[in-house]
Amino acid sequence: MVQLLFRFAVGGVMVTLFAFLADLLKPKSFAGLFGAAPSVALATLGLTIYTDGKSYAALEARSMIVGAFGFFLYACGCSYVMMKFKLPAVAVTTSMLFIWLIFSVAVWLLFLR
Amino acid sequence: MRVSLDFSALGRTRWYEYAVRFLFGGAITVIAGLLAKHFGPAFGGLFLAFPAIFPASATLVEKHEREKKQRVGIFHTDRGLQAAAVDAAGAAMGSVGLIVFGFTIWKLLPLWHPAAVLLCATAGWLGTSFALWRIRKDH
Repeated sequence: MVQLLFRFAVGGVMVTLFAFLADLLKPKSFAGLFGAAPSVALATLGLTIYTDGKSYAALEARSMIVGAFGFFLYACGCSYVMMKFKLPAVAVTTSMLFIWLIFSVAVWLLFLR
Repeated sequence: MRVSLDFSALGRTRWYEYAVRFLFGGAITVIAGLLAKHFGPAFGGLFLAFPAIFPASATLVEKHEREKKQRVGIFHTDRGLQAAAVDAAGAAMGSVGLIVFGFTIWKLLPLWHPAAVLLCATAGWLGTSFALWRIRKDH
């Protein structure tokens, strides 16, 4: 339980720090890069290396490459749909998470499992 | 256009907007860890690149841009949505950097000291993302 709370705190702090930096940066197209900052990965991998070792963390990082490809498809899709159909950001960015989920889980099932 | 810091932007962000990001960030870090424990690191690792924070960030970008226009009396505008779309395009470039980040960790972690690998991977993320952003700006 203590470890989970620690993980929660470290993840929250990392994400907030990157979000804070993104808010400060201009122009906004550059700040957008921080929407895909490795904040969760830095928090998780740091803790995983400490608790489960380097080999375990390296395996997680290999799968992360697939998740990042999924993120790329998801972000391109969100940008296109918002520009083309003028739908609210909250609806588009939430509903299109299924693109990330389907792509990532499909690649895991086919190649990584 | 040069990259710079705009401290006035901090005044537009409320404390609860950071609290939301803290909660989402903490939650996804815990979930990624639990999934890795339950289904193995190959599955849990996917969630290190889950866009957990992005919906909140894009929604805030849209809201802040819309409020900015409303303060000068413009009520019917797509500027908020356009800003969110630009933010998403930026995140797409950042996600290419995320691929480089993951690849660097995967290949170098068994060989180097963890701190050096994490630093190198973060530099790889920033360098790749920045290079893509510059290329897009220049063309």
